[in-house]
Amino acid sequence: TCVHSFFQGCFVFKPSSKKRKTRSLGETCVNPKSKNITWIYVLLEVLQEELNKKILDSLLDFAKKCSTTRQHCDWASKMRANEIPTAALVLGVNVPDHDMTFQSLFDLLKHSVTPHVVSVQAKECGVLKHLLKRVLEGLMDVAVDDDDEEEMEQNPRSVHCSLSTLSDWYTAKTKVTATPGKKRNVQDEDEHHHHHQTPPVVIIFKDLEGFNPRVLQDFISICSRYIDRLPLMFIFGIATSPSTVQHMLPHSVSSLLCIELFQSLSCTQHLATVIDKLILTAQFPFKLNGKVMQVLISIFLYHDFSVRNFIKGLQLALLEHFHSQPLSILCCKKKEALLNVTLLSGRDLETVRQLPSFIRFVEKQEAGEQVKLMTDDDHLKEACQKLIKDLRKYHKSYYPVLRCLHTLTSLLPRYPLGKQIRELHLICLEKNVWENEDYQSAMKLLKMLAKDELITSLRKCSEILSSAKSKKMKKAFTELDELLAKFKHLDGKLEKINDIPSLTLCYKKIERLSPCRCHLPPPESQTLYEVCYYSSSATVRRHLNATPRTSIQTALSSPCFYLQNESLKNEDGTVSNSAPDICIAYKLHLECGRLINLYDWLEAYATVVSAAEGQDPDCDTFGKVDDVKHARFIRSVSELEFLGFIKSTRQKTDHVARLTWGGC
Amino acid sequence: MTGVLHHPGYADEKLQRVEQLIPCRELQAGMLVSLMGQLPHAAVSCVECVSAALLYERVLTSFFGRSAASFLPRSPSLSEFVRLYRHQRSQSPAEQTRYIVMEKAELLRDADANLLPALLRLQELVDDNITVILLSEIVWEKFRPNTGCFEPLLLHFPDYSKGELQQILSTDSHPSYSAELYSSYINILLGVFYSVCRDLRELRHLAALNFNKFCEPLTEGKVKETETHKLWRNIEPHLKKAMQTVYIREVSSLQWEQMQQTEDEGGALRGLSAHTHVELPYYSKFLLIAAYLASYNPARTDKRFFVKHHGKIRKTNFLKKNEKTSNHLLGPKPFALDRLLAIFYSVVDSRVAPTASIFSQISSLVTLQLLTQISHTDQLDAPKYKCSISLDFISAVSRTVNFDIVKYLYDFL
Repeated sequence: TCVHSFFQGCFVFKPSSKKRKTRSLGETCVNPKSKNITWIYVLLEVLQEELNKKILDSLLDFAKKCSTTRQHCDWASKMRANEIPTAALVLGVNVPDHDMTFQSLFDLLKHSVTPHVVSVQAKECGVLKHLLKRVLEGLMDVAVDDDDEEEMEQNPRSVHCSLSTLSDWYTAKTKVTATPGKKRNVQDEDEHHHHHQTPPVVIIFKDLEGFNPRVLQDFISICSRYIDRLPLMFIFGIATSPSTVQHMLPHSVSSLLCIELFQSLSCTQHLATVIDKLILTAQFPFKLNGKVMQVLISIFLYHDFSVRNFIKGLQLALLEHFHSQPLSILCCKKKEALLNVTLLSGRDLETVRQLPSFIRFVEKQEAGEQVKLMTDDDHLKEACQKLIKDLRKYHKSYYPVLRCLHTLTSLLPRYPLGKQIRELHLICLEKNVWENEDYQSAMKLLKMLAKDELITSLRKCSEILSSAKSKKMKKAFTELDELLAKFKHLDGKLEKINDIPSLTLCYKKIERLSPCRCHLPPPESQTLYEVCYYSSSATVRRHLNATPRTSIQTALSSPCFYLQNESLKNEDGTVSNSAPDICIAYKLHLECGRLINLYDWLEAYATVVSAAEGQDPDCDTFGKVDDVKHARFIRSVSELEFLGFIKSTRQKTDHVARLTWGGC
Repeated sequence: MTGVLHHPGYADEKLQRVEQLIPCRELQAGMLVSLMGQLPHAAVSCVECVSAALLYERVLTSFFGRSAASFLPRSPSLSEFVRLYRHQRSQSPAEQTRYIVMEKAELLRDADANLLPALLRLQELVDDNITVILLSEIVWEKFRPNTGCFEPLLLHFPDYSKGELQQILSTDSHPSYSAELYSSYINILLGVFYSVCRDLRELRHLAALNFNKFCEPLTEGKVKETETHKLWRNIEPHLKKAMQTVYIREVSSLQWEQMQQTEDEGGALRGLSAHTHVELPYYSKFLLIAAYLASYNPARTDKRFFVKHHGKIRKTNFLKKNEKTSNHLLGPKPFALDRLLAIFYSVVDSRVAPTASIFSQISSLVTLQLLTQISHTDQLDAPKYKCSISLDFISAVSRTVNFDIVKYLYDFL
């Protein structure tokens, strides 16, 4: 749903962006953006499904298996029939991400295993009665009689809140569906029908840790009393570790369950997939620069482990880019981009001329060409088309080469260039990777690598290159293949003096790598990179990693930052006298020590406010406290107290204590 | 075996059937039967009765039918139940004693204070020939309400002896094998498990799980049914392994069966408690470390641990004799949010902005039950927490961030 709301947000602001640009480009400029956005949206959905597919499939299998083994009548399963089949689903600590997984699990179960699925959350089930009520309501779709809610009118449809009600309902339900099966009376389908007559009743506990252990224990022991009539099945959603089950349930209760463990991929693996599919691909024209990437990754690793938040951050960057960069209309598929170049207005072309990367490009040209580029619009458009094509070529070779370099360096001891490909990507985004010290040491280590290891990783490289499409990469691929062939050749010939050939070969290998280097310069070195790369890391950080404390302090110490009122600005940056009352009170309190005398504070306040009202400093009433000023002062003091800057103290009645340190 | 149970109200045949259902309880059953007659009864499980209303409804339904229970008002009181019962009784008077059997009666102690005394005097209250039977696993002394209640008759059911267990378990014999074989199997099983487990249900479960393995040499044709010693040699190590895993539910019965089919991969299957590792975001780890330190170090020692130039703190003053080493024995102590953050900022190695996500991490640690919030959630001002993880857990966490936690713990100084 969050993804949805994001895109609604995007479409809400679409008309305004249209208005802004219609004078230059008309309709066409909007299309690539929305196309882009819808595309990433579809991609994300597919990705989400893919991420959880494996674990959901195995869970479904488990559910199906459980419902079929119940039908078996052999001795062993009869002896075990009083256990409740339970799946312990370990999903990792990023609890907000789980909702989506549970929703798709719920839908899948409903669709392919049983119509009777209900999921419960700990916060709705503080006591046993509420848990029972939630389960009954979810399964039977009726109002459940809950004794202590007086305002609920006597509902004729309401039922008693007990599991026997559920069991009766289930028996009635399955009997009804059984009759048409009997009528048909087809023998082949008999077993099939039998299976469908008693679909399991699945109860999903979304957050096991949150449940009161007592409630859970009682619920399980009640359920086990009905297991012969009611084919129950539990799914426990666990965020921490499976041993939680043992901590929460005593042996007498856990022996009623038959627990099977399902462990989802770790969130870092999820992140790696997302990065692999969305970021390390030339397919998708929108890119993040190193700093933004760094912000998103560090929020993930340091703060929340939430893949969903990472994707949200990506979407935010996407929207910001299209919103703030007028040249983002060129950030789309090749054909459209080339078309859009021809539609650029004079104003847009002026923006192009001011791009730092373009200025650098112009400086490298001959004098005549320079003048042409700066004055002739048509010539500029042609140049832009060429530059856009170059940028695409750069991307097409960048990613395969990056992957190759990663395969080679990821097996080196202590990972000089990072264990994960995202680390290497960050290094490459930052600066020329071959100037990096770690790169040098990696190359040295590579020379010392055992021959067969080197060959296997080179094989992997050639696999990566074989799927690349650009001409340069194809050439590199054939060269690498030749090299591998040579290896084989030498292998047969020089088995006796093993060391020397492998060394020489390594040198050859390094020589092979050096052309690769020319594909990995940072994007900043590319002309027109601003079109595709979003670079405002501060915006992303501000939006995704809010600092409430800093915001409050900014608001209090420089109100003009938020109020955007010129009259509040002082030349020296201090708070002007005409600032809101609370800002003045805040400023004055900064000058005090740990304890603040309220009367002194009030006097100082009255003086400042009088000055703001333009009273004559020599006048008698200047700085006198009247009722209105008094009231305003009291209000701002209580506001400061509410914000947690001061609190009343018992030491001195007319004093308040400061709760923050550092002054002026 | 027959002849223990006799009652004029029952046909002998019927009593014998009951006897088969409850082997080894002939003596107690005989006593109960001699005390009671033909039995109109209501069986109620106290776990299930989340409210007294449910209990009343069950009782009325089983004695007088559903229509009687429908007269109960919403949230009925005890007196309403009594009134309704008396009304119903006058319409259909008891021909024989009516019985209410309450399972897990110990839970009645947590119910309304008047429920248990009232049940004990129910006969008086409703003026009917009614008896209440309480079934419980704990002694009556722990039940007894403070004042004015009738003492029930106590009937003690002793534990099953080994022989009795053997006899009961042998009745489950597998249809395709002889009863003698199953009986000898049970004998072996009890030899291994009797010292640790006397729970009939659990033993039956274990017997069912391991029987296939026991029969393996038979189906393969290596051993004959009579060669019990060989069978014993085959199954014994297997049962010992089962004791360490299935018995304590380390692995589920389903996994155990699969394990047997795939033939011992040297414990390749890890039990539930083997997975104790929890992956946490970087700052969450430090928050957890800070919380642990705040919970187990006395607040006055913070200066010594976390202030760089703390000046001289006299050793004798710092190390109070009885305080030392006792913190871990006494368990975690509550701490305020301020102290947690102060310690957090001094242990984390980089400068961290006090962002919203730091605070949300604290609350997510609470939802994961790694921290516990002591103060009520409504209290926004200075919330208090406790750290609810073990030393092993926190040592593992701090190892991943290269933080030597033992150096910072007062107990280990």
